[in-house]
Amino acid sequence: MSELIASKIQSNPKYLQLVKRRDTLSWTLSVIVFVVYFGFTLSIAFAPGFITQPISAGSVIPLGIVLGIGVIVLSALLTGVYVYKANGTFDPIVREIVQEASK
Amino acid sequence: MKTIFTILLATLALMASGLVLAADAAASASAPATVGVASSATPATVGASVSAPATAVVAAVAAAPAEPPLNWNAIVMFLIFVAVTLGITYWAATRTKTATDFYAAGRGVTGLQNGMAIAGDYMSAASFLGIAALVYFNGFYGLIYSVGWLVGWPIILFLIAERLRNLGKYTYADVVAFRLKQGPIKIMAAISSLIVVIWYLIGQAVGAGQLLHTLIPQVSYREAIVVVGALIIIYVTFGGMKATTWVQIIKAALLLGGATLMAIGVMSHEGFSFEKLFTDAVAIHPKHLEILQSVVPIGAKANPLESISLGLTLMFGTAGLPHILMRFFTVTDSKAARKSVLYGTCFIGFFYILTFIIGFGAIVLVANKPEYLADITKSILVLKGGGSMPAVYLSHAVGGDFFLGFIAAVAFATILAVVSGLTLAGASALSHDIYAGVIKKGKASEKEEVWVSKMSVIGLGIVAVLLGIAFEKQNVAYIVALTFSIAACTNFPVLILSIFWRGLTTRGAVLGGYTGIVGSIGLLVIGPTVWTKVLGMGPAIFPYDFPTFVVLPAVLIVAYIASVTDKSESGQKEREAYDAQLIRAETGLGAEAAAVH
Repeated sequence: MSELIASKIQSNPKYLQLVKRRDTLSWTLSVIVFVVYFGFTLSIAFAPGFITQPISAGSVIPLGIVLGIGVIVLSALLTGVYVYKANGTFDPIVREIVQEASK
Repeated sequence: MKTIFTILLATLALMASGLVLAADAAASASAPATVGVASSATPATVGASVSAPATAVVAAVAAAPAEPPLNWNAIVMFLIFVAVTLGITYWAATRTKTATDFYAAGRGVTGLQNGMAIAGDYMSAASFLGIAALVYFNGFYGLIYSVGWLVGWPIILFLIAERLRNLGKYTYADVVAFRLKQGPIKIMAAISSLIVVIWYLIGQAVGAGQLLHTLIPQVSYREAIVVVGALIIIYVTFGGMKATTWVQIIKAALLLGGATLMAIGVMSHEGFSFEKLFTDAVAIHPKHLEILQSVVPIGAKANPLESISLGLTLMFGTAGLPHILMRFFTVTDSKAARKSVLYGTCFIGFFYILTFIIGFGAIVLVANKPEYLADITKSILVLKGGGSMPAVYLSHAVGGDFFLGFIAAVAFATILAVVSGLTLAGASALSHDIYAGVIKKGKASEKEEVWVSKMSVIGLGIVAVLLGIAFEKQNVAYIVALTFSIAACTNFPVLILSIFWRGLTTRGAVLGGYTGIVGSIGLLVIGPTVWTKVLGMGPAIFPYDFPTFVVLPAVLIVAYIASVTDKSESGQKEREAYDAQLIRAETGLGAEAAAVH
């Protein structure tokens, strides 16, 4: 990568916006996973009664099992969201930026 | 090519038999004499299995003492797996010419292939047999691991995968050293990688030894480990990352298929009712309803800080495992890296949901069945062959001898696939980071580097065998948890800081990294597992099994302070170089291209 291309990219507002948007999405999704997972972990640590209560009267299945599966499914869904967003939104912007810089 | 392959194969077989003999000699005099006879036959099986697997097996069998009947289903299926993977290794060897081929499969792996390989690299015997066993003994508590081992994946995708692909060459240390000083960074990163790899290898080797010995009593614990060591050395030295990738893909398909069939078997026995599954499990397990109400191992005291630390360790440890990070250098570009995590997360998540069913299914179908128990008069839970067996016996309960053989072969394939990835990651730390990066200061020729790497593979294979023998009595799942601590406290924070924080300098990264290594090992040593259980020194000085909640913040603080107080000229240059790094990380301009074949 030459200095010239680097400086062109550096001064392209689209690039600065891309970095900002991608970072925002990355960190927002990370925080969601972190909060959901630690919500699960902290309720195990501090409210075991909540996590082990049956999902309904007459059932033995604890709420924690449903929540645990929920955390796994949510994680997979959020990775899907990120890939969808990156394929559809970020990749075209990256291509534009690179094209404009190598002109 | 073919002759070289055969000659080297024979040499390896010889080395392996030497190892067994050495191991036998080192063993106490109480070892029965028959072990020696059987062990000299086993490496011959490995060496000859390329040309004539069937005859070699017969020879090995003839040499073994004829006590319990041989588990033919397991042996045949395992040999088919070995034959297929050795065939792939031969194919890969003819296509592995450059360093990029060797370390990164020529960067030609597609997103879907890498997603499968990620699943094959990550779903270890510890997560398959280990989680099933945790659930079998403790109920709900085991599920905390299933969830924790998955949530690292979205974090890898959001923060690491694409940037890693764009910035690195063969190891994660390349990324950290992108704008920092090669020497000190690579030494630190290689040390932490090797510690993680070697600990992880011990866990896998112990699992392989116990498993194979239980399933085929004619093969001793030590011989089983030697077979694993020899196969790994063959896969990785000849086939490099290409063979490793395909071994992992095949294993992932087998494991997902096997686990699905097992879960279907359990559910059909329970009339496809989860309510019935859990009700039956509660009725059979000696702790009854406690298995659904205890959030700690049955009998342990609730410990909130330990739960939090465990959560942090599982989540961030995944994102710091060198063999996992290495997989992202094999794909064609950052888009494939990203897709591969999505596929991988779906495969792994599906698998972990199945482990819920398998674990509780084992309580219903394996506990209290005399044919699986060590001694029914003492306990209706403790199984023949040790703590990792519930999933294996469950396969017998739902599918008879044939399915048991299949699952046994799958479990063994699992260990081989994970160990291949680990060995390659360890070897690349030695050859690419230490030899080429530090000793030769980036001036090693590709040929030299690959040669050093292959020698490292052989060395690591032998180390894994010897340590596997030394650690025979340790619990497999536990060792994996310890490696996650070091990965979560060293590799993960250093990598994240180098990617996202302009202010990080070499001084900060190195001091932070060593804080992670020394801190996690130090606290593990004075913690309950090592201090109390292994060393027998009485109550632990540091009363937690997982030190991450202390060490991870310490690493971040040390790295921060050491970086901001770094007024050196080189430190300033490193901060300025962040812009160029960011452009490459974001756009992929200048990233290592896929090799064209």
